[in-house]
Amino acid sequence: MNDVSVAEHSQGQLRRVAATDRPRVPFTLNGDPMQALEGDTVLTAILTNAKHLRRFEFGGEPRAGFCLIGACQDCWVRQTSGASLRACTTLIEPDMQLLTESNDGA
Amino acid sequence: MAPRVVIIGAGPAGVRAAETLVQAGIRPTVIDEAPASGGQIYRRPPSAIRRDPEALYGFEAKRAGNQHRTFDSLRDQVDYWPNAAVWSAHQRTLSVMTSVGPKELRWDHLILATGAMDRVVPFEGWTLPGFYTLGGAQVALKYQASAIGERPVFIGTGPLLYLVAYQYAAAGVDVRAVLDTASFAGKCRALPGLASGGRTFLKGLYYILRLRALGVQLAAGIKPVSANAGPDGSVSEIAWRDSRGRERRTACDALAAGFGLRSETQLADLCGVSFVFDPVQRQWLPGQDGEGRADVEGVYLAGDGTAVKGADAAELSGARAAHALLCDLGRAESARELKALNRRLGWFDRFRRSLELDAFPFPAGLAAGAADDLTICRCEAVTAGELRRSVRDLHATELNRAKAFTRVGMGRCQGRVCGPAAAEILAESLGVPLEAVGRLRGQAPIKPVPMTAFLDGATS
Repeated sequence: MNDVSVAEHSQGQLRRVAATDRPRVPFTLNGDPMQALEGDTVLTAILTNAKHLRRFEFGGEPRAGFCLIGACQDCWVRQTSGASLRACTTLIEPDMQLLTESNDGA
Repeated sequence: MAPRVVIIGAGPAGVRAAETLVQAGIRPTVIDEAPASGGQIYRRPPSAIRRDPEALYGFEAKRAGNQHRTFDSLRDQVDYWPNAAVWSAHQRTLSVMTSVGPKELRWDHLILATGAMDRVVPFEGWTLPGFYTLGGAQVALKYQASAIGERPVFIGTGPLLYLVAYQYAAAGVDVRAVLDTASFAGKCRALPGLASGGRTFLKGLYYILRLRALGVQLAAGIKPVSANAGPDGSVSEIAWRDSRGRERRTACDALAAGFGLRSETQLADLCGVSFVFDPVQRQWLPGQDGEGRADVEGVYLAGDGTAVKGADAAELSGARAAHALLCDLGRAESARELKALNRRLGWFDRFRRSLELDAFPFPAGLAAGAADDLTICRCEAVTAGELRRSVRDLHATELNRAKAFTRVGMGRCQGRVCGPAAAEILAESLGVPLEAVGRLRGQAPIKPVPMTAFLDGATS
């Protein structure tokens, strides 16, 4: 049950409940190496490892998505390239470089 | 040349509309934001996540499978644009952001099957990490095999409240409480109407009884007080008042809230369709003639985007919109189908009224009574107090004026999330009925698009 450790050892908001036997996908979060599973959205990839996705552009408090269906737009995440993506509707890809501490309206 | 028929949305309504048109020898274009058909209710996980249909869809596994197979079998007979968001509609042309860049698409007939999302009543702490919509909590489970937390609480009202809580409990998650703002008495009053729901009613009853049997705390007639953060800044507790007004606190590490659903109506608005206020749903909705025709020639409406009636009704109204279109193309045989479909749809209206008005009424007073410092618009950080000041000091008398003064509904979500609560607050401040404050006008882009959508030469 090695795969379950992906969830159990994380300090994330989300908890995996099934289908954990998937290939790992490496990515970085604020420069730190992290692992997601194939089929994860960027939101799942980040929030199984962390408690928030971004900082609110007016005030800086943490946000972690809301509707998860691409409607509320509260999960836009910045990449180190400067491009931003909607985390709940974008699947994680190997070696994505994601940032959660930018509050520039990603 | 054959008329170009475009369907927006590949959920229950869009799929049945496509099927009906293909059976009549028409090749529609189907545009959908998701990577696979199914809509939100029958959403399919990414291919890397393999799950048993019973685990994903429960009692609806058969219906979900049927929907998926139907659309998959149509693939060679429709032009299918998955991963594509329509962000504007003007003069019979759609602006679409697709996976290969921006496109423009002209239509002769357009079926809007745009679906619905959670209707949320803001309360203190609702912007904290760990606070999600009920629909979002369900999508995490269905689409990502993940729970929003280890010890979630579900709060709000509506059938989805108990369904999602049950699905979490069935997945082995430690559901801490299900807190319903609607009263137990209301549900008793609604019983005769609810019982007319037959199978749907029995499923709802089953979810509640299962939750009770699993020892999950269920409380009705409650009032949310606040979602409170722990040391790590995310949800750690929900404070609420029970039906006798006593304050209670329940520890949790995630919250999901929803108070019924609201229809996704922006595209109908951009197409110029007239809206009608629906007192049952407390929302201005695109009007249709009883057979799915809007008052703009060539525009048809189907599914929860027209009025929230649930997935089973959406399948019927999807077929109905397609048959109305076929009638308008001179296919006389569709007239009989329209009659049959409308007879079956009538049943849903009765059931829906019992659900929305008696069993799970929208807590309009809770929305209208938001504290002055509470954030209502989570995109632009507009508070209830600012909305009230726009009425008191700036004489805003309807929502779009209040938007101009305060930026409510002007952010990236375009008022999808804050719209219902903002309308209740405005109406209460003005002392007028809800319908008198109007509705936020749809504005392109209805979904964020990169600047390249405007700069590149978009082609059809």
